[in-house]
Amino acid sequence: MSASLFVVQLFNGLQLGILLFLVAAGLTLVFGVMDFINLAHGVQYMLGAYLAVMAYGFTGNFFLAVLIALVASLLFGLLLELLVFRHLYARDHLEQVLATFGVIMLLNQGVKLLWGAAPLNLPIPAVLSGSVPLMDGLRYPVYRFAIIGAGVLVAAGLYLFITSTRIGMLVRAGATNAPMVSALGIDIKRLFTVVSGFGAMLAGFAGIMVAPILSVEPGMGDQILILAFVVIVIGGIGSIRGAFLAAVLVGVIDTLGRSFMTDVLRLVLAPATARTIGPALASMSIYLLMAVVLAVRPAGLFPAKGRA
Amino acid sequence: MRRAIRLIPDRVRDAARRPLSFDARMALAYFALIALLPLLAPSLGSGYLIVIGERAVIFAIAALSLELLIGAGGLVSFGHAAFLGVGAYAAGIAASHGLGTLSVALPAALAASAAFALATGAIAVRTHGVYFIMITLAFAQMAFFIATSLAPYGGDDGLSWPTRTTLFGRHVLKNETIFYYVSLALLIAAYVCLGRLMASRFGRVLRGLKDNETRMQALGFTPYPYRLSAYVIAGTLCGAAGFLLGNQAEFVSPAYMHWQRSGELIIMVLLGGTGTLYGPMFGALTFLLLEEVLSRLTEHWKVLLGPALVLLALFASGGIAGAVAAWRHEQGGLARMLRARSRFARRRLATGMVGPARGRWLGYPWLAHAAMPLRWVVGRARSRGQAAKGTLARLRRDLPALRQPELRNMLARWWRQ
Amino acid sequence: MTTPVLRLLDVSKSFGALRVAERLALEVLAGETHAIIGPNGAGKTSLINQISGALAPDAGRILFEDRDVTHLSMPARENLGLARSFQITQVLQRFSALENVALAAQAQAGSSFRFWRPAAAEVPLNRAAMQSLAMVELAPRAHTPAGALSHGEKRRLEIAIALAQAPKLLLLDEPMAGAGVEETRGLIGMLKGLKGRFSILLVEHDMQAVFALADRVSVLVDGRIIAAGEPQAVRANAAVRAAYLGEAA
Repeated sequence: MSASLFVVQLFNGLQLGILLFLVAAGLTLVFGVMDFINLAHGVQYMLGAYLAVMAYGFTGNFFLAVLIALVASLLFGLLLELLVFRHLYARDHLEQVLATFGVIMLLNQGVKLLWGAAPLNLPIPAVLSGSVPLMDGLRYPVYRFAIIGAGVLVAAGLYLFITSTRIGMLVRAGATNAPMVSALGIDIKRLFTVVSGFGAMLAGFAGIMVAPILSVEPGMGDQILILAFVVIVIGGIGSIRGAFLAAVLVGVIDTLGRSFMTDVLRLVLAPATARTIGPALASMSIYLLMAVVLAVRPAGLFPAKGRA
Repeated sequence: MRRAIRLIPDRVRDAARRPLSFDARMALAYFALIALLPLLAPSLGSGYLIVIGERAVIFAIAALSLELLIGAGGLVSFGHAAFLGVGAYAAGIAASHGLGTLSVALPAALAASAAFALATGAIAVRTHGVYFIMITLAFAQMAFFIATSLAPYGGDDGLSWPTRTTLFGRHVLKNETIFYYVSLALLIAAYVCLGRLMASRFGRVLRGLKDNETRMQALGFTPYPYRLSAYVIAGTLCGAAGFLLGNQAEFVSPAYMHWQRSGELIIMVLLGGTGTLYGPMFGALTFLLLEEVLSRLTEHWKVLLGPALVLLALFASGGIAGAVAAWRHEQGGLARMLRARSRFARRRLATGMVGPARGRWLGYPWLAHAAMPLRWVVGRARSRGQAAKGTLARLRRDLPALRQPELRNMLARWWRQ
Repeated sequence: MTTPVLRLLDVSKSFGALRVAERLALEVLAGETHAIIGPNGAGKTSLINQISGALAPDAGRILFEDRDVTHLSMPARENLGLARSFQITQVLQRFSALENVALAAQAQAGSSFRFWRPAAAEVPLNRAAMQSLAMVELAPRAHTPAGALSHGEKRRLEIAIALAQAPKLLLLDEPMAGAGVEETRGLIGMLKGLKGRFSILLVEHDMQAVFALADRVSVLVDGRIIAAGEPQAVRANAAVRAAYLGEAA
C-alpha cells in the first residue's frame, strides 16, 4: 500500500463518482418529478457506448462520434419515453418495474443480436491519450482527467440550469410537488418529456465517455444502474446536490475499498482471514454505507423538500 | 319483515359450509395437475417434464412468498431472489461440511434467510415506494457479491452439493418421484398457511396498511412491526424454496441471487395476478413453460419476451387471475341474460352490456370495436325513429287545425305543385 | 372541579413565515364537548394534526390526562385513548364497512400478531362493530365495500369507527364538511347522542352544529385564540364578530 497507489485510486474513485453522478442525475430527477421507476436507465447508458462505437465506425473521428452518439442517445430516450414510459406514469410501481425490466431484456438481447456478445472498444483520440505526471514517479492518464473534467463541467452546467433557468425551476417544483405544478397550468407532459430526454442524454453521455476505457458489452449498464440506485438512495430522491455528493462518496469508497480493504484488514487480522473476507467486505462497503445513512436518515441526505 | 342482521358475513359462514372458495378450487386444480404430471411423463417420453414440474413447484413457493409482500403488504421487493440464494447456500454449505441431514440443512436454510430478512428488512421496511424497491435491489446485489467472493465455496463458479439432503442418514430424496411429491407437499402447506395468514388478524392489519396507512395509524397500528414481520415471514418461506432449489439442482451459485432472478419472480407474480393466491402459482408455471418453449425457438428469445412484458404491464396487468375474474364476470352476465324470461328483460340486459362506456362485449373487447359500424347504424336509425315519432306527435296535435277547409286546400295546392 | 382531559400549553407552530399556532392555551374538560371555530386559514386543521400526532409542534406541550404526549406517535396516542376523524374521509376502501369498524375494535382487543384464526369470524369484534354501525344507522350497509358508500355514509362510517375505538377524547375535524342539509341534521342528531359518553373536541364551520352541540367554544384566528367560553357569550363577543366580518350565524 503506497501513497502513489492511493492517489491513483483516489482519482479513479473520483472518475467513477463523476460517471455515477451523470447516470444518477437523470434517474433521480425522473424519480423525483414523475415518481417513475426507470430500470431502463442502465441500458440507456449502455446504448450510449454502443452508439459511440457505431458512430466511430462510420466517421473515424472521435469527437464527431461523440456528438452523433449524444444526439442519437437523446432521440432514443425520447422514443422510449413516447412508446413506453409515457403510459406508465399514472400506474403502479409494480407495473413500471415490470415494463422497464422488459425494456432492459429487449435492449440487452438486442445489442447482442446486432453487435454480438464480444466486447467492443473505442480507441482514445490522440489529443487525449498519454499521461501526465501527478507527483514524482506517478503518472495519470489524460483521458481519465478529461472524464473528470467533462463530468464536473456538466455537473456545474446542470446545477446552473436547475437553479437559474425557468425550466430548471419547473423541474425543481415538479420534484417537490408534481400535481401542484400541473394544477398551476404548466404542461406537465412536456415537462416530463424534457426531464426524461435530458436524463437519457446524460446517461448516454456517461456511456460514451466510458467507451474507450471499459469494454463495451451487453449488460454493462446493469451494475452501473444498481450503483446509481445506491447513490440516489443515499443522496435523496429528487436532489441533484445530493446525487453529486453521494456519487463522489460512493465512487471513492467503492474504488478504495476494492483496492485496500484486504490490506487494511491485514493490519488487524491474520493474512489468510483477511484474504478471505477482504473482497467480500469490499464489495459490501457501499451497501453498508447505504444502510448506515438510511438508518439515520430514511429519506437520504438531501431529500427534495415536501416529499412524504 | 326484517331480516336479522348477521354478525358473521355470508361469505365467511358459507365458507364454513362450502369449504372451497374459487381461489381454493383453482389451487386444487393446480395441485392436481402437478400431482398427475409424473404419471403422464413416462408416456410422453421424458423425465424432463418432472424437472420442469419440480422447478414450477419450487418457484411457485417463491412466488407465493413474494405475493405476501406485494399483494398483502404493498411492498414491491426487487431483491427477493436473494433469499433463494441464501437458503440454497446455507443448505449447500452444510452439505459440503458433511452436515447434509434434514435436521441441520433445513433449519440452517430457514435460519439464514430469516436472519438476512431481519437484518435487511429492519432498514428497508422503514422506507416506502421507490426507496424500498431500490434498497431491496441493492441488498440482493450485496448478497450476490458476497457469494461470488466466497472462494472456499466455489465463488463465481458455484458450489456443487455432494448429495441431496438426507433424512436419518437415508438418501430418500435421491428418488426423483419422492422429491417431487415432497416439494408438492411443501407447496400445499405453504398455500394453506398463507391463506390462513392473510385472513388472520395479522393479515387484516397488513392489508389495511396497504389500503390506507394514515387511517391505520389513527386506529393505533404502528406499521413498522407488521411490515417487518411480513418481510421476515416471506423471506423465510423463500429460503425454504431455496433449500428445495439447491436440492433439485444439487448445485448452488451466485446466479440464484442475481437481480434478473428477482425480476423473474416479479414477472411470475404479475403474470399470475396479484391479489390472489392461486395466481402466482400459475404465473410461475406459465413463465417457466414460456421460457422453455421460447428458448427452443431461438437463442435470442429474450428479444421476444421483453416487449411481451411491456405489453403485459401496459394492457394486462391483472394477469391470469385478472383475466379469469373478468371472464367470470362476463359469463355471469351472459348467463343472467339467457335466463331472463321476458323479451324486455333480455333486451335491457343486452343493451346494458353493449353500453358505450364499457367497451366490453361478452368478454371480447375487440367485438365492441368491430361492431362499431353496426352501432352507428343502429344509433342513426334510433334517432331517425325518434325524429319521426316527434313529427307524428306534432302532426297529431295540429291535426284539428288541419280539418279547416282553407288549410287543406292550401296543402293540396302545395302538394300538386 | 373536573380535571381537563386535554391541555395545550403554549403550543406554537410555524411553516416558514406562516404562524399557524402562536402560544396556544386550550383546555378540554372531561365529558364536555368543546368546539373550535374560526375563519378559514386560522390553523384549525393544523391544531388537530398537532393534537393527534400527525404534526409536531415547534414549541409548547400537549398534555393528555396529565401525560405529556407532545412527542408521541399517532398510534401511541390512539392507544392512550385519543381518537380522531378526518376532514377528508379516510376509510379502508377495499374493506367492507363492517371490517372497517371491526379493525378499529381489533385495535382495542389485544394483540394483532395472530396468524392463524380468521379475523372475520371473531364474533366479539363483529358484535361491537355492528353496535357502532347501528348507532350511525349504517347497519344495512354493513357488508358493502367502503369505497362504494356514498359521501354521507362514509362520514357516518368515520363516526362509527371513532365510536368503536372507545376513546377518552374524540377529535372531530369538520364532520359536517360536504354534508347537505338533511345529512347535517342527521349528523347533529347522532353527535348529540354521543355527548357525555366521552370528551369531544370539535372543529367546525357549521354554526348550527356548533351551537347545537358545544358546551364551550374557542375561537381561533391567525393561530391565536381570541375568545373562549359559553357559546352565547362567544356569539356576542365583538372581536369574534369582527373576525368573521358578519359570517357568524
